[in-house]
Amino acid sequence: MIKLTVNGRKKTFGGAPFTRLIDALREDFALTGTKEGCGEGECGACTVLLDGEPVNSCLIPVCQAEGRKVETIESMGSPEKLSKLQAGFLACGGAQCGICTPGMLMTASAHIRTNGKCDDKSIRTALSGNLCRCTGYQDIVKSVIKAAKDKR
Amino acid sequence: MRGDAKSMTVLSPRSGAEALKTYAKLPTALPIAGGTDLMVGWNLGQLNGRAVLDLSRVREWKKISVVSDGVDLGSLVTHTAIQAHPVLRKRFPLLVAACATVGAAQIQNRGTIGGNVANASPAGDTFPALAVYEAVVRVNGPGGRRAIPFSEVFAGVKKTTLKPGELIEAIFLPFPDKTPTRGVFRKVGTRAAQAISKTMFAGLIWTAKNGELEDVRLAFGSLAPTVKRLYAAEAFLKGRRVNDVSIAAAAELLTNDVSPIDDIRSTREYRLVVSRNLLIAFLKGEVK
Amino acid sequence: MSVGKNEPRRDGPAKLTGRALYLDDVEIPGCWHGVTVRSSVAHGRIKSITYDPAFDWASCVVVTAKDIPGKNVVALIEPDQPLLADGIVRHREEAVVLIAHRERATAYEAAKRVKIEYEPLPPIFDMGKSDKIFKSYMISRGDVDAGFAAAHIVVEGEYSTPSQEQAYIENNAIAAYEEDGILVITGSLQCPYYVLKAMKQIFNRDETKIRIIQTVTGGGFGGKEEYPSMIAGHAALLSLKAGRPVKIVYDRHEDMAATTKRHPAVMRHRTGLTKDGKLVAQDIEVIMDGGAYATLSAVVLSRGTLHAAGPYECPNVRVRSKVVMTHTPPNGAFRGFGAPQTLFAVELHWEKIADALKIDSLTLRRRNIFKLGSTTATGQKLLESVGVEECLQKAVKNSKYEAKRIEYSRWNKNAKNKTWKGIGLAVCHHGAGFTGSGEVYLASRAGIALTRDGQLIVLAASTEIGQGTNTMFAQVASDALGVPASWFSVETPDTHKVPDSGPTVASRTCMVVGGLVSRATKDLKAAFEAEYGRVPKTSADLKKAAAALCKDAAARRFEVQYEKPPDVTWNDASYQGDAYGVYSYAALVADLEIDKLTYEVRLNKVTTAQDIGKAINPLLAEGQIIGGSTQGLGWALLEEPIFKDGVMINAQLTNYVIPTSLDTPPFDVILVEKPYSRGPFGAKGVGELPMDIPGPAVAAAVKHAIGRMIPTLPQTPERIAKALKP
Repeated sequence: MIKLTVNGRKKTFGGAPFTRLIDALREDFALTGTKEGCGEGECGACTVLLDGEPVNSCLIPVCQAEGRKVETIESMGSPEKLSKLQAGFLACGGAQCGICTPGMLMTASAHIRTNGKCDDKSIRTALSGNLCRCTGYQDIVKSVIKAAKDKR
Repeated sequence: MRGDAKSMTVLSPRSGAEALKTYAKLPTALPIAGGTDLMVGWNLGQLNGRAVLDLSRVREWKKISVVSDGVDLGSLVTHTAIQAHPVLRKRFPLLVAACATVGAAQIQNRGTIGGNVANASPAGDTFPALAVYEAVVRVNGPGGRRAIPFSEVFAGVKKTTLKPGELIEAIFLPFPDKTPTRGVFRKVGTRAAQAISKTMFAGLIWTAKNGELEDVRLAFGSLAPTVKRLYAAEAFLKGRRVNDVSIAAAAELLTNDVSPIDDIRSTREYRLVVSRNLLIAFLKGEVK
Repeated sequence: MSVGKNEPRRDGPAKLTGRALYLDDVEIPGCWHGVTVRSSVAHGRIKSITYDPAFDWASCVVVTAKDIPGKNVVALIEPDQPLLADGIVRHREEAVVLIAHRERATAYEAAKRVKIEYEPLPPIFDMGKSDKIFKSYMISRGDVDAGFAAAHIVVEGEYSTPSQEQAYIENNAIAAYEEDGILVITGSLQCPYYVLKAMKQIFNRDETKIRIIQTVTGGGFGGKEEYPSMIAGHAALLSLKAGRPVKIVYDRHEDMAATTKRHPAVMRHRTGLTKDGKLVAQDIEVIMDGGAYATLSAVVLSRGTLHAAGPYECPNVRVRSKVVMTHTPPNGAFRGFGAPQTLFAVELHWEKIADALKIDSLTLRRRNIFKLGSTTATGQKLLESVGVEECLQKAVKNSKYEAKRIEYSRWNKNAKNKTWKGIGLAVCHHGAGFTGSGEVYLASRAGIALTRDGQLIVLAASTEIGQGTNTMFAQVASDALGVPASWFSVETPDTHKVPDSGPTVASRTCMVVGGLVSRATKDLKAAFEAEYGRVPKTSADLKKAAAALCKDAAARRFEVQYEKPPDVTWNDASYQGDAYGVYSYAALVADLEIDKLTYEVRLNKVTTAQDIGKAINPLLAEGQIIGGSTQGLGWALLEEPIFKDGVMINAQLTNYVIPTSLDTPPFDVILVEKPYSRGPFGAKGVGELPMDIPGPAVAAAVKHAIGRMIPTLPQTPERIAKALKP
């Protein structure tokens, strides 16, 4: 049995210890917000926060998340009450097809939370592990800059 | 996704000693640190049915210790942790620069220095820097502890000289006797981020006040099955005046030590011409 | 009221909070996993298929061609592509055997235990050497020979463009199950009615016994236009045999290697001009590589052919084009659909002409560009909505193109500088809607439903795949009726609920289908006025009006069908006439810098002006422009599927590199609106337009920077280094 904290709640995983964290989240904990795009650690669609750091959940066996804190997109806002970051994405066109969006938001939120610099270059660097094929990134960067400035 | 979690045997040692003991009993187990390389193969279904040695609980290998003659990096230190450490930033900036080019944030948060070395990719991002800093790879195994000079740790593509049952405990970076006059790390990748390198350069140079070159260390990655020090060029330059003539001659010696190829990412021709350009620019002091 | 406003994306909140359900997120009780065993040779006869006796086959469902109840064909244009290879394979990764199992890992393990033996047949990989022609066209205007004879100068050039992978971040995914005797197919797809048409032939059922439902789709770009029909057939075969739901979700490398990509192309130009650079003759040849089966090649070639001469007026034009077979995975739709290939050539060719005539390419373009009243190579007179000059003027002005051409040339003369700088320009047109008689043939329908309890529901088969379809439909309906957009919902594209509005492709969703939605809504408006006395003013009023209009019926549908404007004429046989109802236009300036040590290209800025008639939602339109331009920039600088023995060997996101956030420059987007009288509120098309010009603009900028032309894509550091070799 593997114990971990997911979105603030204590969870127990009883399946095979080498199950990937992304599968434990999506299948065992029914948290399908985290998406799989490549299985190679390239696209970042599977990004979750592990003890506050963005990581690719498609590359982590759940046994390595034992005793640690995982945060997924489900911990951020709700359709009725979006977080500031999500509202920024909605206002600035940061999401189109939406498949990269949960991962993008998790990485962006970690950057803002750790007081990362909110200039264009720093945000692009922070998000460089999240691929988007729809937006061309400019509106995503605008969304994050807006939310980062609102925080201060 | 073709990995079969149920088919895997997971061994989870809680200390370095336990890890070594377990590994000695089952040397066919696959050690996994951050997993950023191993899991890609696992997702393709290439590792089903294997035993894995999960090192993530070996706390003592996660430490960065500054000692009198250098810095000891535990093998499980991540690329992110390396970039954050003030002594590493000051004394080993080329390694810090290299770690910043590994994948992107998500990979840097998980990938480890020991994993990078053990994986022994011809394109290992930290290797040119480790080569010019003359790192020492501290391993432990059935035969006890030993220290492998970085120049001797790779045997070929994805092959180290570690013996069966040996694990990397730490990578030691000795402080150079004299602070280098100049140092450069440059990775030429397939794109601006999350890039595999086509060629990769690290260089340290010590010049005397009279313009003579006291010492130089030059290394290239991705140009051969393993990272290469340019011993021929280094030997030629030592003690010479650094000028256009000596630089051009040193550049000619590049091909003595490297053997780039055509592959899906780039061409032999491109790798050679760019590597020459970087080497010359570095020796001229024109690249930061 | 709503049109022209940045109404927030209505699918936004669900997507932003991870609540939107893509196919692999949908809970389907009892669903098994389907996997595909694919051909390991490019061309061969199947000698035998053996199943490892050591494996427990009783726990699986296995399907081959002989399990197909109807026709073993994926219906599209030609009936040449089998759903499952039967006796012969014609490309690597062709589907031969399907397996379903309760556990995904076991299904993949089973796939490894199937051994297929082939008698290899000689494969053709080089499109230049193939004599099997899927389709050819010729466009002829005037007399090119006479034109060349009268020309002051004749300039020739050959250009090529590679394949390109759509690289949507959500891989192809489809599920199938039977419910109450109806075969239900659900998943990531662009064209539910294409899938329906294909399933009818495979399963010998009519549309009442098949139901196609689109799930939230993570990008398409054309890659999910026709390929989902193949996967749907596969999932349905497995499901019907297993007697339970089956879903097939592709791995990234499988999706890249096996599914459709952009047609590689070679273009040859021979151009005659007067002394001051006016076009007198254009003779153009186009060859495209269709891969092993015809799929959409005829239409891709058509669009490529119709755009090959560029947005320029020339009295004598001949375009001869063909698309041929090679033993590679079939190519298909990708945003732009043939036009990015041929526009690359005609645009870059201006740089060659400029060198020969010693007149800069901007001036040359200005002297030849379409104006109101111009006639195209097919004899179409452009009677309205021609914004290309304005696009060119604005892009040139905002980017300071002319001053920078001089400034960068000066910069490049200084050997001490660490970089070369270049600024390059390209212009294009892009026909909106299906070519020629295509829209008539599609006979698209869309509508609006009013339920008795006051819901207003847009009914269209057009899919939301990120471009903003649902938001746009609501805004169009809103202004057509004169009520808030929030009063409308958009029905899920489900073939049992919405009419056939045609496919979500060809930059037609707003102009054609939005136009139908607008017309249908106006019919509703007339009904409100006639039967209720007015258009409702409040939600409460709407409920009363709905009750009045519906009476005893649960709902009332107002549906309309596409009507070709009477003055639009097209001759399919001679390829003459009005190829498209209208064209959108764009101009793009790429400002870049090349590192002298590594030959790496860094884009400093992209400026683009795009005439889309009317931006229903400017933020969404801008999103299409930046996103589409970025895909174009990826093709221009980074992306190239590499083939060996007929298969893509860099079929991973690690090795097929698409732009990251650090690879994309700041974009300055200028929306130009030259309204089209037949588009809803003046709108034309925007989806594909941005794809056409980054390629040639970047190539022109690289030429400016290094003084050499690289007549192909991508403009990689390797090609730049090679071009500069002494």
